[in-house]
Amino acid sequence: MKKITSIGISRGFALAPIKILSDLIVNAEKDIFTTAENEWKLFKAAQAQAIEELNNLAQKAEKDAGADFATLFETHALMAEDPDFEDAVQEGVEQSLLTAHSAVLQAGETLAQFFESMDDEYMRQRSADVKDVAGRIASIIRGGNADAMSFDSPVIIVADDLTPSQTIQLDKEYVKGFILYNGTPNGHTGILARNLGIPAVIKPDEHFCDSDNGKIVFLDGKSGEIIFEPDTETEQKCNERIEKYFDEQKELLKYKDAKTITSDGRSVKLYCNIGKPSDAKDVIDNGGEGVGLFRSEFLYLSSADYPDEEEQFKAYSEVLKVLNGKEVIIRTCDIGSDKRIDYFELPEEQNPALGTRAIRICLDRKDMFKSQLRALYRASVFGKLSIMFPMIASVWELEEAKAVIEEVKSELRNENKPFDDRVKVGIMIETPAAAVISDELAKISDFFSIGSNDLTQYTLACDRNSQLGRYFNPKHPAVLRLIELVAQNAHKASIPVGICGELAADEDLTEFFLDIGIDELSVSPKKIMQLRKRINNL
Amino acid sequence: MNSFNYIITDELGIHARPAGLLCKLAKSLDSKVTLEKGEKSADATRVIALMGLGVKSGDDIKITIDGGDEEKSAALVEAFFKENL
Repeated sequence: MKKITSIGISRGFALAPIKILSDLIVNAEKDIFTTAENEWKLFKAAQAQAIEELNNLAQKAEKDAGADFATLFETHALMAEDPDFEDAVQEGVEQSLLTAHSAVLQAGETLAQFFESMDDEYMRQRSADVKDVAGRIASIIRGGNADAMSFDSPVIIVADDLTPSQTIQLDKEYVKGFILYNGTPNGHTGILARNLGIPAVIKPDEHFCDSDNGKIVFLDGKSGEIIFEPDTETEQKCNERIEKYFDEQKELLKYKDAKTITSDGRSVKLYCNIGKPSDAKDVIDNGGEGVGLFRSEFLYLSSADYPDEEEQFKAYSEVLKVLNGKEVIIRTCDIGSDKRIDYFELPEEQNPALGTRAIRICLDRKDMFKSQLRALYRASVFGKLSIMFPMIASVWELEEAKAVIEEVKSELRNENKPFDDRVKVGIMIETPAAAVISDELAKISDFFSIGSNDLTQYTLACDRNSQLGRYFNPKHPAVLRLIELVAQNAHKASIPVGICGELAADEDLTEFFLDIGIDELSVSPKKIMQLRKRINNL
Repeated sequence: MNSFNYIITDELGIHARPAGLLCKLAKSLDSKVTLEKGEKSADATRVIALMGLGVKSGDDIKITIDGGDEEKSAALVEAFFKENL
């Protein structure tokens, strides 16, 4: 029995004999070149077959792994018929008198190098895509089967790396997991493994030898722990862990669409925190009841200048449509502190967390603020929008922000651009000041959302990004007392109060939050089912 | 000949997936679709050349539609960009 460490890239457990896959691409022996015309014919036939196979894979991917992966295989099919690729193969066959097999592999190499020379990390990774496609065609020419990954009993695969087309082929019934000597966590294969729910690890600190084929291995896709040939006692424990995990996963799914309600009838809304439009789908997939925090900063971070109204409108509308009537609370621009952007030209400050950030920037740069508010109000017709302002510390700040909203509304009315008048306007409580005067703020807000991360930072005078250890206690009584005060003041004014910081997902505090009457908890989509389970069992 | 400019908003620019979708669209049209980024240009039916342009978020690119039903093709291509990029 031996323990090996590795990096976990897809969670789950597996216990099965290993199958070590040697190079799937048949090594080129000394081929005999026939004629250029003949080699070209061989290529075209293999190319056609490859394209058909890839389109079939695209269909399989659509079912098993989603539209994004289907498109990836479609793109591979397009690469297979790409004129530049064909030209490179033709040159190899006609000019260099290479066999079809060699010409294809060489063309693949040349184009791979072209991608590798680009200055964008993402584009450099495309070199793997073009090699995958060329390898497939080459393999067909040799009569090999690029997709031969069929098994008839449970195995854990060990390989150097797996291409996406190999990963999607993995029959989940038999392939219980895989160990890659050279994968990356965020490449296609890692993402695919997670989507398919196959446990996987990479870069084990020891490699296996051929004689290890068929020996039993246990793997933990989260911690990266590998146990080679566990003894009987350990194997027993491993089996228990596996069973427990599967039972837990099944249990959780029960909570996806269930109502959130304790056994004594108290309920709370479970919303999600998201950072970009493509996350909206995760909210629905995990049974989220709405979006408690949609961070709008991605719009500012992804361009070289302020985003224009149209692109903001597009992004907000998209999320509202996906959520289809469930509430979406969008936070206005929260740049500053540790989220810095060049074109904002923020002043150099000693304490950015205590400086020019969030609502302060918006109130001092009204054009930018109005552009965001206009986009938000125009998008409001597509769903149930609520807006919240970050970092409010004074009543006048909120009043000024609301005045800008009135300006925006009247502009839109004059331009005959429709918007929903029922949009709720609330604030984040993340400064101690806001918490202390929350009674005043409650009179002019439609709701509160407590940003526990920053609230803790400011209340304890502890930088949330530095290593302060025991001095930084997110469950500090001062923070909890402030949260309780905010909840009381919200209820006195009959407005709802939610929590969108990390504390919302802390199961030790769930009961406390329900006791003080928190109306909404907003957490990352992956935590919804677990939290609902906790609440429903209170 | 019809042309328009577009500033890419997708954080990943023209990566493998939209390149594939754009290529498919361009192949289905009766007009020639060309993308220009600065000095470089690529025919949109050539997926490798398209990706080779290295179009990133924030890039200002020129799209030219030539021949066939130019108005219809331009409208479809522009809609594609707005929807996906």
